[in-house]
Amino acid sequence: MSQKLNAQNLQTNGHEEMMKVDGVYNLRRAALMAFCLGMTTSAQAHWVYVSNEKDDTVTVIDADTYEVVKTIDVGLRPRGITMSKDFSRLYICASDSDAVQVFDIATDKVLHDLPSGEDPEQFALHPDDRHLYIANEDDAIATVVDTQTRTVVAQIDVGVEPEGMAVSHDGKWAIVTSETTNMAHWIDTETNTLVDNTLVDQRPRDAEFTLDDKELWVSSEIGGTVSVIDVETKQIKHIINFELDGVSDERVQPVGMELTSDGKYAFVALGPANHVAVVDRNTYKPIKYILVGRRVWHMALTPEEDRFFATNGVSGDVTVVDVASLKPIKTIKVGRFPWGAVVLPKQHIPQ
Amino acid sequence: MTSALVMVCGSVSQQSTDSDLFHASSLMNCVTFALAVASSVASSAASSAASALAHGSTSAVARAVAHAVAHANQSVVLKLSLGLGAALSLNAGVFAAELAIPIHYLGEVRDRPPVLSNRVSWPDDEGEPGALLAVVDNNTTGKFLKHQYDLTIERIDLDGDVVAAAKALLTGGSRLVVLNVSAENLSVIAQLPEAQDDLLFNAGSLANPLRNEACLGNVLHTLPSRAMYADALMQFFSKRKWRDIFLISGNRAGDKQYADALRRSAKKFGLKIRHDKTWLVDADIRRNASSEVPVFTQERKYDVVLVTDEDQDFSNFLLYHTWLPRPVAGSAGLKAVAWDSVIEQWGAAQLQSRYSDVTARSMTSVDYATWAAVRSIGEAVTRTQSSEPAEIKTYLLGEQFSLAGFKGAKLSYRPWNGQLRQPIPLVHADAVVGQAPLEGFLHRVTELDTLGIDEPETQCAEFTN
Repeated sequence: MSQKLNAQNLQTNGHEEMMKVDGVYNLRRAALMAFCLGMTTSAQAHWVYVSNEKDDTVTVIDADTYEVVKTIDVGLRPRGITMSKDFSRLYICASDSDAVQVFDIATDKVLHDLPSGEDPEQFALHPDDRHLYIANEDDAIATVVDTQTRTVVAQIDVGVEPEGMAVSHDGKWAIVTSETTNMAHWIDTETNTLVDNTLVDQRPRDAEFTLDDKELWVSSEIGGTVSVIDVETKQIKHIINFELDGVSDERVQPVGMELTSDGKYAFVALGPANHVAVVDRNTYKPIKYILVGRRVWHMALTPEEDRFFATNGVSGDVTVVDVASLKPIKTIKVGRFPWGAVVLPKQHIPQ
Repeated sequence: MTSALVMVCGSVSQQSTDSDLFHASSLMNCVTFALAVASSVASSAASSAASALAHGSTSAVARAVAHAVAHANQSVVLKLSLGLGAALSLNAGVFAAELAIPIHYLGEVRDRPPVLSNRVSWPDDEGEPGALLAVVDNNTTGKFLKHQYDLTIERIDLDGDVVAAAKALLTGGSRLVVLNVSAENLSVIAQLPEAQDDLLFNAGSLANPLRNEACLGNVLHTLPSRAMYADALMQFFSKRKWRDIFLISGNRAGDKQYADALRRSAKKFGLKIRHDKTWLVDADIRRNASSEVPVFTQERKYDVVLVTDEDQDFSNFLLYHTWLPRPVAGSAGLKAVAWDSVIEQWGAAQLQSRYSDVTARSMTSVDYATWAAVRSIGEAVTRTQSSEPAEIKTYLLGEQFSLAGFKGAKLSYRPWNGQLRQPIPLVHADAVVGQAPLEGFLHRVTELDTLGIDEPETQCAEFTN
């Protein structure tokens, strides 16, 4: 009885949260959510996969009801996660298992491990859907793995504590950031050799290419900045600083980033500042700071880019943010130390 | 320096593991290391071996070299001098370096008094693995910029003369030197005429006067001061509302200085040292803690017992024996440190893991300070493209400089006294309890300056900017 009541309360709260949001779109979504209440999980909403670093699990969230669909056991210390291009497989960096696990979306089973090198933290899948570029944090190398033959194609010496990984949309460049060397390393994917380095501020974390591959964005956690690098010249063209009222400079630590494909916004997770910064991509200025949970790490945008899901490491939850209003609309409890997030579009959810 | 032995190893493949790389066996007072290095010639692993004679504790150094070789494809020159102390030079890089950056480490083995517990011991190589790890880090970065860092490690034994060694080291040319020596010796060395064009890093002394009235313009401090440790503890007490303190001061010079710092800090944070006692000199507290300590601490009111005992003689025997059931902090129980093996957050696990590749023992505050000194140099060289001590000092004291130090906030140097600003972890034996500056302690410039001697109260006039 009491369980039932609790569930009802939760749903009511969720509903109220939704109604607070401005905009027709969200009201419509609130109505949709109300319609969905009481229904079993269906393929009507996207699923969000979240890796829980300290629980060795992945939490799957329904992107409309904001309920946890299931929690799956995976390898040790899962951090970076990404999907194959056909969304049939989830790749998981199981850092302490020293493996990249290939997870079957349809059966919730680990199919096999890929030879990843030691301590894989983050990775990026080449547009060819075949080659994974993996940062090996403890070894100062980047490993290129062929996911079909399950072999290591190349290992490339990079700086100390490689962390962020990005592959350009045209597939030409792979970028790895090294946290202690403070560089973005440029790897030519044709030859898998390191051809250039761009020095950025202290402790670079995430790297993201704009959709046109003209800019590379790199966040610097300890430097407190985001460097926007011109891909043509590999020189920094803008450095973005963040200032929040009532939050000391030291706590502003940019980590994960998401760039919207319309070229309008960049979302920058500010770690222990507990906010996500919204940067205007035309002026390169932060225009808003969205309050989320404690020590926000990474984000995942929905395919429609109408919402994003931000992982809050210390508070162990995920904040849902509405892109139209730039407001948080819901907090979802997940496992311990949620880290990475990726969306499985609804049309790919196994029936 | 009676004899020196030079050894050269070729480049190696990355797949080699440390255990493949060297084996140790003892020979009389010395230890022989065979640094067997697998070199990749036409994809088959051939190996070349070299051996060196050194004091036992250079094993860490040999491992570090092996590690550096394994991880950076570098050639290595290992120079070991016997006699006064062991000196070692790590010369990394098969690439054509456009800029060479020699860094010197000079440490003295401290004269530690006998202590009650047999468990207490200090590593003779304290500070050395920290510097080595940092130079390996620097060289990994350096190879992309064609910068090559060479580290020379010199350790002076108890019967040696560290000032004479410093004189010899600093003669001719300006140098970058990391010092792990006592406050007295640091002061003498920094005032040598030979040292005036050098940049020295203090990684071995906590003394407040070196950061204040007795500061010297050619010395930067990467180890925190006792004042910083004291303020970190007081912030914690203040937050926990432990307002009444029972202070027990040890009898040794460092203990008294730490107690002074704590008294000053209590005043600063509005806490009350209600009881202030000096520890008994003659008690073997191991045997009679249960009868001595309750009597010694028999008072009607205190929230916490604060003890200063830097050599770990008696303080650990106070826990659970105090008259009132109260926590113990200071040199036992809850401690303020620059670094400890329990620290894992903010990427610290990576630093701990890289450190454990260098040596078997855990990383201490002094190791962290030598690491931070050598990494500071690396950052300055990377950004300025210069190896000149004067230019490096200017950059380090400037607003542009920041160092990622695995403590969740960027580290920088206070321009008024050359102290490295840094968070101070508060730890017990098995976990981190907190990290100062604690939330809520505000400062107009940076919250890190709520710890230690702040600009308005500084008596240091050697840094004129």
